[in-house]
Amino acid sequence: MKGETDMKINNTVKINGIDVEIGDEKNLLELIRKAGIEIPTFCYHSELSVYGACRLCIVEVDGKGIMASCSTAPEPGMVIHTDTKEIREFRKINVELLLANHDRECPTCPKSSHCALQDLGRRLGVEKVRFKENPKSVEIDMSSPSLTRDPNKCVLCGDCVRVCKEVQGIGAIDFANRGSKSCVAPAFNDNLANVECVNCGQCAAVCPTGAIIPRQDAEKVWDAIYDKDKIVVAQIAPAVRVALGEYFGIEPGANVAGKLVKAMKIMGFDLVFDTSFTADMTIFEEATEFIDRFKKADKLPLITSCCPAWVKFAEIYFPELLHNISTCKSPQQMFGSVAKKVLPAQTGIKRENIVVVSVMPCTAKKFEATLPKFKTDGIPDVDHVITTVEIGRMINSMGIKFNDLEPEAFDMPMGFATGGGVIFGATGGVMEAALRYAVEKVEGKKLKNVDFKAVRGMEKIKEAEIDVAGTKINVAVVNGLVAAREVATQIAQGKSKYHFVEVMACPGGCIAGGGQPGMADLKVRQMRAQGLYQSDKNMQLQKSQDNYLVEECYKENFEGCPGSHAAHHALHTHYKNRSQIFDAKVPVIRGTEKNSVPIIVTICANREDCPGHNLLARVVKYVKDNGWENKVNIDAAFSSRQGPDAPICVTVGDEVLDSCVFRNPMNTEEEIRNRCEFESVRKAMDACLKT
Amino acid sequence: MKTDIIKLQERAGQYKDAAAKTTKRIILCAGTGCVANGSLKIRDRLLEILEKSSVKACLELTADNCDGTVHISKSGCQGFCQRGPLVRIEPDGILYTNVKPEDAEEIVSETITGGKVIERLLYKDPVNGKIYRGDDEMPFYARQKRLVLKNCTIDPECINEYIYKDGYKAAAKACLEMTPQQICAEIEKSGLRGRGGGGFPTGLKWKLTLASENAKKYIICNGDEGDPGAFMDRSVMEGNPHSLIEGMMIAARAVAADEGYVYVRAEYPLAVERMRRAVKDAENAGFLGENLFGSSFNFKIVVMEGAGAFVCGEETALIASIEGKRGMPMPKPPFPAQKGLWGKPTVINNVETLATIPVIIREGAENYRKTGTEKSPGTKTFALTGHVANTGLIEVPFGTTLREIVNNIGGGVTDEKGNVTDEYFKSVQIGGPSGGCLTPEMLDMPLDFDSLKSVGAMVGSGGLVVMNNKTCMVSVARFFMQFTQNESCGKCVPCREGTKQMLAMLDDIMEGRADENTLILLEKTAKAVRIGSLCGLGKTAPNPVLSTLKYFREEYEAHVFKKRCPTGQCKALAIPEILADKCKGCMACAKKCPVGAISGAKKEAHKIDPDKCIKCGVCKTICRFDAVTGI
Repeated sequence: MKGETDMKINNTVKINGIDVEIGDEKNLLELIRKAGIEIPTFCYHSELSVYGACRLCIVEVDGKGIMASCSTAPEPGMVIHTDTKEIREFRKINVELLLANHDRECPTCPKSSHCALQDLGRRLGVEKVRFKENPKSVEIDMSSPSLTRDPNKCVLCGDCVRVCKEVQGIGAIDFANRGSKSCVAPAFNDNLANVECVNCGQCAAVCPTGAIIPRQDAEKVWDAIYDKDKIVVAQIAPAVRVALGEYFGIEPGANVAGKLVKAMKIMGFDLVFDTSFTADMTIFEEATEFIDRFKKADKLPLITSCCPAWVKFAEIYFPELLHNISTCKSPQQMFGSVAKKVLPAQTGIKRENIVVVSVMPCTAKKFEATLPKFKTDGIPDVDHVITTVEIGRMINSMGIKFNDLEPEAFDMPMGFATGGGVIFGATGGVMEAALRYAVEKVEGKKLKNVDFKAVRGMEKIKEAEIDVAGTKINVAVVNGLVAAREVATQIAQGKSKYHFVEVMACPGGCIAGGGQPGMADLKVRQMRAQGLYQSDKNMQLQKSQDNYLVEECYKENFEGCPGSHAAHHALHTHYKNRSQIFDAKVPVIRGTEKNSVPIIVTICANREDCPGHNLLARVVKYVKDNGWENKVNIDAAFSSRQGPDAPICVTVGDEVLDSCVFRNPMNTEEEIRNRCEFESVRKAMDACLKT
Repeated sequence: MKTDIIKLQERAGQYKDAAAKTTKRIILCAGTGCVANGSLKIRDRLLEILEKSSVKACLELTADNCDGTVHISKSGCQGFCQRGPLVRIEPDGILYTNVKPEDAEEIVSETITGGKVIERLLYKDPVNGKIYRGDDEMPFYARQKRLVLKNCTIDPECINEYIYKDGYKAAAKACLEMTPQQICAEIEKSGLRGRGGGGFPTGLKWKLTLASENAKKYIICNGDEGDPGAFMDRSVMEGNPHSLIEGMMIAARAVAADEGYVYVRAEYPLAVERMRRAVKDAENAGFLGENLFGSSFNFKIVVMEGAGAFVCGEETALIASIEGKRGMPMPKPPFPAQKGLWGKPTVINNVETLATIPVIIREGAENYRKTGTEKSPGTKTFALTGHVANTGLIEVPFGTTLREIVNNIGGGVTDEKGNVTDEYFKSVQIGGPSGGCLTPEMLDMPLDFDSLKSVGAMVGSGGLVVMNNKTCMVSVARFFMQFTQNESCGKCVPCREGTKQMLAMLDDIMEGRADENTLILLEKTAKAVRIGSLCGLGKTAPNPVLSTLKYFREEYEAHVFKKRCPTGQCKALAIPEILADKCKGCMACAKKCPVGAISGAKKEAHKIDPDKCIKCGVCKTICRFDAVTGI
């Protein structure tokens, strides 16, 4: 047929009668979208493996029948129909089938009007669900401070499973059970808070419905605002300002910080500051830390610590690298710490009545704020964390017409930032800001060219070699946890050449965090990052070290310089070995007495040569030698640490000893070291059991 | 370990010599049906008796210990399951049926030592009374053409017997005399189509895999036979495992693969055991491993167990299962021929398909084509069950009519008491949960892939359920829908949700809750599931419903509009009644009724109160006068 031959020559297909040229599209779905038809899908995601489960994207191809467009490669000459009578009826039934099994309380669902299922029902004109309702009535998992799981709203598209497994390399949630009993759940149907979820929220970012969403904390913020006794102090993260606009129909990358400040003032926030201020402060501390370590060639590479999902990931899988991670708090936490230290004097309000709210692109920040180590005198340094979407909803709930707002400036002094602080939101931003500081400090002369473009961009791992006064510094910038695992493994094995590594858990950095609006594809991420780099250029100062208000803060509160004792106390933190995280335990000894002391040694289920077995044997021997078998419950617990040299977590009673570095002894020296390490365990056991 | 054709001939000779030394051979069918009916007890009894007598028994033929002995062996399923336990005596060509352990003594004294036939143990045709000595003339066997099941009487644990019956000759030919291209061409010429249900041309599948460029390729034998009631593949794996190994070897040679997997469902422990033993025996004999038959071709096989999911019979789900992942199908393309196990080109074939391969290579594609039809050459095994006199495992050429199978081989349709009567034929369900129903109008239709497809049915893996007119077709459809719903993996929306809703609608129909909208919605949903599902399980799940709706719509309508089940099978719609003209007023039913729903004085016609009746059926069972109907 001539038409077909023409198409084959011209490398085109026909879609609904229109000729479309084949580019580099991997499948018909992308080609159809390029042709301007927004073919529906739940489970197709351009950066995840093809799953083919939702069946919404089916099309009819002449001569070949009905096929799923997501898994069919384009061939020249294909004649494609996206919407035949049969397919239209099928899509309607498909949506009705999903609705029959779905929690249909749309008006009360936080995802309402941003939900793909709702949109599709509306688009297709589904006016009645002809099927019998059989709702799932599964309990909602609210255990995690970052994410809320509601399996009753799940359409089993598998996007969350695939993003957690393929992009983050963790797989904290996966499918369980078969057929209509299928569900997405953590291992053993445990609570999300108890498994290896690092709270990055990428699952929420890809979920088409309200099945996984960031935990909703806006009500607590309203309560604080209405509380006459409290003042509410806000910090806004860099990545928020280039994405919030999308919630109101503005294009990605536009910097709407000014409008946001104004909106928040109208809502009743007392002070609105910029996290970029403490981002600058973080650079003061961290770059100083780096220079110090580099000079001493100690604990290198230095790895950044501002991403709480990365930090938890390291605590779970790479506890042996915890001493590489910078002890600096994240900008969010530095802000909370500084604000509550400085503001009582400035405002005359008591510390207990200052409520710090951070507006973040991130779900892991919600987790970070709840950590006990970030409390002072029992009160969290950061009281509440809300996401970009949450603040958008709050603005809407008051009816404020965001797009018409006149911009307002941040409050001072903690609203003053340099470009270095603002670019923190993009992958490579922290590194670039740190380099701007470090290079100038080490070379001792003003840095003219502040751009370090080698560390910018969306690639998962970027490397650069920076020449500083004749010395070469190797840096790496990593985004996404699969890449982080790769680099961390190299570092743990001693095969890494880097001196300084930046890690962000979300693809593209914070700009694609779990709390951002919409589903950010590569293009949107690039636009948001570009927005930050643009803002950097639009600011008066680009180098964190030039932030004179940060300097003033140091003079007034932290003995005048970064790394001082006072600075260390307020602005630095420590980490925790989380490699014993499962309740999957194997009993070794069971005591007969009431209140037997629990002792848990973590061992690795994968390796036969795990030194945990050696340590466990010593513990058991010590117990038996002392005749304590009736007084203890010894368990071997599953560990998530990846390498045999990682510190082993031992729990004795209430005490957690999380840094026993035990080796399978190859010589006397190592055996002696083992015995020294065992001392701490022995002491802990004596404390509990020696009468 | 090198081996060549001479070794094959040696082993065949060894077997022949050893067998010649025995006086008689007793072959006991040890297929699961006969075992459940006590065939192993018969064996034990025989051994006991022979132990005490002057004649010794030999259980394993080896060169030295079988002089003058009686060779007793177990075989896989011999097919005539209705008449089991089956005992064959060779070389007398005797087939004893319905044997009991108590008969063992007589068998030894009369037949083994006495050389006489025990007539009461021979098969007697229930219609014309004719008695048959062996299986060569009895209609059940004589009207079949057993190619794949030909050697069902051999000892599956004796590799030499397999070789004696021309085993591994085809593999040797493939390794030494044929190129991969030639093998593919020969299989293509034979027209062999996949016997697992898909009916895809095997030769073409192999050709495409051979054309895929990759140094590593795999062969997978799909032994996950999941259709309820199907046991064809099981019988081959249990009864003739070497035929599979040989088929896989030839397949591997044809596509340049060096590693194979036999995926057997875990619910077949005996099949797993036999396959593993056969693989080991083949390895020891040098037929698996390196440089087979002295060629440069290497091939090894691993036997893997399934984990209890019907969906893992689907090829991409099977591959996922072997890879240790959740058994869910993947969209095709890419097809396994390009990207299969571990991402490498893979051939997946059904057990029966692979067991046919040695036959084709040995006897030639042209010969193979002499059986069957133009587009569906060869034979097909069927598990013949249901309301038919001769249930069991059969093999017939494609093109055989349904009438031939049901009446001549099957011996005719039976009523609920087991008596043969033609008037009772209602339907035959073919193809299991993916298949459809055939009606009396189709009795003379020649069965093959295409003719069945044209009437909305499919060959499937070979389950054939004969149904008499007391069968409710709606409940048949529901039975299969429940199975499919239970086994759905849950990945795609149409299958996961659609089959569930269809099952709910069938329940509504069977329990009197349906209206005209139910039927309309049932058909629409069935259509959606059929066109939209990701894999074959979902795509074919609506077939039983669509097929029964097409040919037995009146039955559905009776359930929906009249709230009545015409056959009385659906308990929820049953309205039990006592026929006044048959009731003698003996009060037996009234006394037995657990809820006191029956009233009536002595010698007067009784009545059932429908509001109290719980439809337990005790009254019907107890009545000696057949006076209770509707239940």
